[in-house]
Amino acid sequence: MKHGILVFIEHRAGAINKISYEAIAAAQDIGAKLNQPVSAVLLGANFQDLAQQVTAYKLDGVMYADNEKLAEYTPDGYADAMENVVRARDPFLVIFPHTYLVRDFAPKLSARFGKGVISDCIRAGLENGELVFSRRIFLGKIDADVVPNSDAPVFATFQSGAYRGETAEKGEGAAVETMAVEVGEIRMKPEPAFQEVKSAVDLTKAEIIVAVGRGIKGQENLQLVEKLAQILGGEVAASRPICDAGWLPIDRQIGSSGQTVAPKLYIALGISGAIQHLVGMKNASTIVAVNKDPEAPIFDIADYGIVGDIFEVIPALTEEVKKLKG
Amino acid sequence: MKIIVLMKQVANKDAILRINKDQTWIEESDLSYEVNESDGYALEESLRLKEKHGGEVVVCTMGAARVKAVIKDALARGADRAIHIVADDSLRPSPFAAASIIAGAIKDEHPDLIMSGLQSDDNSYAQTGVILAELLGLPHATIVIEVDASGEGLRVKRELESGWYQWYTMPKPALLTIQSGISQIRYATLKGIMAAKKKEIREVTPQMDANTASHQKVTKIYFPQKQKQTQFLGNGDAKAGAAMLADKLRTEARII
Ligand SMILES: Cc1cc2nc3c(=O)[nH]c(=O)nc-3n(C[C@H](O)[C@H](O)[C@H](O)COP(=O)(O)OP(=O)(O)OC[C@H]3O[C@@H](n4cnc5c(N)ncnc54)[C@H](O)[C@@H]3O)c2cc1C
Repeated sequence: MKHGILVFIEHRAGAINKISYEAIAAAQDIGAKLNQPVSAVLLGANFQDLAQQVTAYKLDGVMYADNEKLAEYTPDGYADAMENVVRARDPFLVIFPHTYLVRDFAPKLSARFGKGVISDCIRAGLENGELVFSRRIFLGKIDADVVPNSDAPVFATFQSGAYRGETAEKGEGAAVETMAVEVGEIRMKPEPAFQEVKSAVDLTKAEIIVAVGRGIKGQENLQLVEKLAQILGGEVAASRPICDAGWLPIDRQIGSSGQTVAPKLYIALGISGAIQHLVGMKNASTIVAVNKDPEAPIFDIADYGIVGDIFEVIPALTEEVKKLKG
Repeated sequence: MKIIVLMKQVANKDAILRINKDQTWIEESDLSYEVNESDGYALEESLRLKEKHGGEVVVCTMGAARVKAVIKDALARGADRAIHIVADDSLRPSPFAAASIIAGAIKDEHPDLIMSGLQSDDNSYAQTGVILAELLGLPHATIVIEVDASGEGLRVKRELESGWYQWYTMPKPALLTIQSGISQIRYATLKGIMAAKKKEIREVTPQMDANTASHQKVTKIYFPQKQKQTQFLGNGDAKAGAAMLADKLRTEARII
């Protein structure tokens, strides 16, 4: 019988990735709604002590799948190991955090069960007794409700911030159950992870950040933004497309693949507010958004919004601030 | 080196989206479209690899007649030929179904490399490439921002979170999903546009079977519920909005 929920615990550099606790919270929430037991699984080579940490949570089981080929992450290794675990435990639902690592192997795993993943969910709930997942589509502009349309197991990943890690219930009881898993040939060989040379500016220290997005249209217009930042005494930052185009160096990029900041003031100019940008700045104390599209998702997290053309608003705001600063 | 690039046509990023009457999808009647952003970078990277190492670039796209625009543009930029999987707008396959259909359409091609964007800007499943690799038995890497194909196999730089990177090596054939920004995208030249007219576009009808059934079903789409009370300023007047904002930043937020 298919039953229970299995939650995947991600770790790196010898520590559990904090987003894994959000996945536990998601699994516990869905487990409570459906009256289903929740077990966690961690993969590795001699990582028993990490698995031990997971027993601090209210779980019906903690599995540790051990194989020397799992010492480093590879999609081949992780897909093989997880396939072993899923076939042995027969869960009806497997939950993962939607991380870059999970994106890299979860679809490969699900394909072995003849299906894809219900990926990057922001919510899950019951509707007429049926489990319904919600995903954000069109770069954050629209939500979609999705139901699985196949036999168990269902694979689902949850977006960072969909559940709060602190709400994952603690408890005791489940002991670590070590499982030997078979892992086949690993075709990809990883080299050590690295960071590019330390950047010249540390945006995490800036109190005021003036960030610019694709709405700025051309590199020659950046001077408008620089002027505003200067008068406010802040730093210039950008969304990914601006750095992709080479208009600003990558160390000015805010978001999941750039820097994560929490300044006193974050002004987003011509930025739509895709999740990969929001995760890098949503903890700013005051958020201002200027966008010509009143439905732009950035407004959803803004304290102050101006619906309008940045080419009118930026010079006007620069003038007003100049006046106030006297 | 023979490279297949998977490209998808998606709604224009600046398009005002409307939801259709039965809330199953967006209203497509007067929508403008463009190529999915990261797919454009996948094409650029494949053209650069061809320039360095020789070979052929084949574009593969799925969709209604309108997706020919993506094909023509790719051929004008330098792709050699195209495969058009002709599918109705109503198909909207789930990722496993899409990968299965593509696997069927390219089964006789035997490429050295398949490249796609890392996810589409409409459904953002971020899976079609990876599932296709599994169906074809190929190794893969996702979120790739540099490709070195000068050796026997491939050496690729992957983006990890928060400014971390990692190099992976793997044998060919392989599948890579490309991150935006891998290189600067070229423009199509007039010569390219003229040459494109003579290039082959092979049309394929998708083979539907159990694998191409949808394993996840979209039951309803809707605009997200607002979570935060945003104070909207200026009511459409940029100057007034800017003045009010400066004032709020001083009196309420106490930043100026
Ligand atoms: C794995 C992954 C990692 C990523 N990492 C990052 C990351 O670290 N950082 C990041 O930012 N993105 C990242 N992205 C990309 C992200 O998904 C979005 O594509 C990106 O953030 C969009 O940037 P944007 O808002 O500037 O552009 P768009 O989405 O194109 O938005 C432009 C906005 O400008 C508005 N606009 C246009 N003209 C004007 C005008 N004259 N006046 C006012 N408003 C105007 C438009 O209405 C629109 O809302 C990542 C994506 C993936 C898949």
